[in-house]
Amino acid sequence: MEEKIIIAGFGGQGVLSLGQFLAYAAIRDKKEVTWLPSYGPEMRGGTSNCSVVISDKQVASPIIESPDCLIAMNKPSLIKFEEKVKNGGTIIVNSSLVDIKVQRQDLNAYYVPLNDLANQAGNVRTANIVALGAYIQISKLFTKETIEEVIKEQFSKKPKVIPYNLKALELGIEAVKVSV
Amino acid sequence: MKVLMKGNEAIAEAAIRGGCRAFFGYPITPQNEIPEYMSCRMPQVGGVFIQSESEVAAINMVYGAAGAGARAMTSSSSPGISLKQEGISYICGAELPCVIVNMVRCGPGLGGIQPGQGDYFQAVKGGGHGDYRMLTYGPSTVQEAVDIIYDAFDKADEYRVPVMILGDGMLGQIMEAVEIPPMKDPATFPKKEWATTGKGYGDTRRIINSLYIKPDELEEVTNRLFDKYKIMAEREVMAENYMTDDAEIIITAYGTVGRIAKSAVNILREEGIKAGLLRPITLYPFPEKEYKKLAQRKDVKMFYCFELSMGQMVEDVRLSVDGKKPTLFYGRTGGNVISPEDIVKAVKSEVK
Amino acid sequence: MATVFKKTSMLTDAPSHYCPGCTHGVAHRLTAEVIEELGYKENVVGVAPVGCAVFAYNYFNCDMQQAAHGRAPAVATGIKRVLGEDTLVFAYQGDGDLASIGLAEIVHSAARGENFTVIFINNAIYGMTGGQMAPTTLLGQKATTCQAGRDPKVNGNPIKICEMLSTLDGVAYVERVALGSVGGIRKAKRALTKAFKYQIEKKGFTLVEMLSTCPTNWRMTPKQAMDYVNEEMQKIYPPGVFKEVK
Repeated sequence: MEEKIIIAGFGGQGVLSLGQFLAYAAIRDKKEVTWLPSYGPEMRGGTSNCSVVISDKQVASPIIESPDCLIAMNKPSLIKFEEKVKNGGTIIVNSSLVDIKVQRQDLNAYYVPLNDLANQAGNVRTANIVALGAYIQISKLFTKETIEEVIKEQFSKKPKVIPYNLKALELGIEAVKVSV
Repeated sequence: MKVLMKGNEAIAEAAIRGGCRAFFGYPITPQNEIPEYMSCRMPQVGGVFIQSESEVAAINMVYGAAGAGARAMTSSSSPGISLKQEGISYICGAELPCVIVNMVRCGPGLGGIQPGQGDYFQAVKGGGHGDYRMLTYGPSTVQEAVDIIYDAFDKADEYRVPVMILGDGMLGQIMEAVEIPPMKDPATFPKKEWATTGKGYGDTRRIINSLYIKPDELEEVTNRLFDKYKIMAEREVMAENYMTDDAEIIITAYGTVGRIAKSAVNILREEGIKAGLLRPITLYPFPEKEYKKLAQRKDVKMFYCFELSMGQMVEDVRLSVDGKKPTLFYGRTGGNVISPEDIVKAVKSEVK
Repeated sequence: MATVFKKTSMLTDAPSHYCPGCTHGVAHRLTAEVIEELGYKENVVGVAPVGCAVFAYNYFNCDMQQAAHGRAPAVATGIKRVLGEDTLVFAYQGDGDLASIGLAEIVHSAARGENFTVIFINNAIYGMTGGQMAPTTLLGQKATTCQAGRDPKVNGNPIKICEMLSTLDGVAYVERVALGSVGGIRKAKRALTKAFKYQIEKKGFTLVEMLSTCPTNWRMTPKQAMDYVNEEMQKIYPPGVFKEVK
């Protein structure tokens, strides 16, 4: 098993931390993982992306040429990375912000209103966790329980935000159950 | 227990576990997490952290601290390492042990902040003025970087040379699961009789110096340096052979490109192409013998070197292969990174 | 027979390479005497510069480090920080070293309040390299790189280090003295004693600037050089205490 995920969006959308949640989940499940961010000026309000490789074996290359899954948090990300996604791969599109459709026919596209669901969960900043919920429901790579543990651990210093994030996770999972 | 850590932070923690108690640095992307981490961590272990006024000052603080006997370190990225070259030359001349980390970005000039390997020549051929070398490592994973830096201060002390860790932006920024080794006990470190602790006086005084006005004296010092490098070449060379046993095509790359090349070897093998990887871990001393061994083998058809530069390590590869086999080169620059697929494509175009 | 004068044991017996009439020897002796008198001769590290005093490590009878050009304050910072407050540290620098190439290092060491003492030899010329213009060369003064005399429009203006450093927090004591007379030399010793005492008391950065002679490169006799220090240099670089924290 080797799963390659690219997560992309605006700086501030929690793109890098979404990747880190996946990495922490991988460690928790005793898998090998690399998390590689884009860095530099891109972090200052522009676009931001990270590459996560999860594997049973040691990860050789952290560079992703063609991801199994793209999580596009905004429109420029979808435009930039769509063509790179592997044949038969998955794209999760943040339909709250992206008003175009995936062009390729060979992909599984999921349109999830990440921001709207995050607002529903109580905080728009949980949009990345909504995406995480959708991703695990589609990929079956991690259980809901694993991610819940990661959320509790990562927000242990800010316990107030844990309920929002757990709710966001739940809404993300449910959103793609419906669309499946 | 394995923990998930960013390369830069893991390197900083491993340095402290390896005995580093003095860090001097200056901000530059993509290595900022090292001084940031050190600024928090050093006070906890009773060490010294200073954000210096420049890279020039930082390396000279390392000179002073190392000369006074501390396990001292600095880190930077390409343009900053250029500024440190004067100090590095003095450190080599004065035979001071220390550790220098270069999270290489692409150049020349201000260049860009994305990964590069264009500082290879600077690291392994001297870099500053005069005749000297550094024990130089090119780790390919965070774990390897951690393991190398953990023992780097021991090596630096043993030979009284600076140890250079040549990483790149990817190695610094990547997060991976790593096993951080336990804290070394400074009481077990060898005593440095040569260090200027302030207690020397008269016959017992120590001088840290690289100035020798008489040619014969300086030649003697230079010879002594190169005698040490010779011993390093016998004892310290490290390289990874990956599926080279029956390989016909030897892919060679160091650092993060080395791990990317490993993926390429796996893909090529699946397609029935007998490729293997020779990955130097020490860049100086260079694993010359490993290349020679493979070059002598009848079934080896060619070497193919991949770098994030216009071709620097390939010169050492060619010197080692010594014309016995063709040595091809593929490089990307500007911060563009070679993918496994790029390597597969390049190799396949030669096989057909 | 009663001993009336004894050379300080903080200086080695190595013959000095300084020119006749040069005041580096005086500055060395004063520094060495003060360290010995304060009882620190076996608890001190000195830093030698690049310039005429590059061989200072041959003369001071203690642990010494030789630093790259201008970097002595950075080297001294590294030493002092790892050895701790109880070891005396001093840097000995000339004007080219301190006021030109090493300006960033001296200013930032001072601003950080690094607790060591700098002995700054200002003879308004590059001595070791053969008489080129220094950052402290006086207007009108001749040097091999301003042969008609220093012209501010072409060569810029002299830098006044004590005045400049005295504006910085972190600086505990800054004094300028002139080694052109017996009285000046006595004052210099008092200034050095105070500077080192401040360091012992952990008060912060201390610096003593010594207006010094360079008869060789000034093309003067030693006597003329002394007069030049007293008459010309002091006009631009007035002696005095520029900063003293209580």
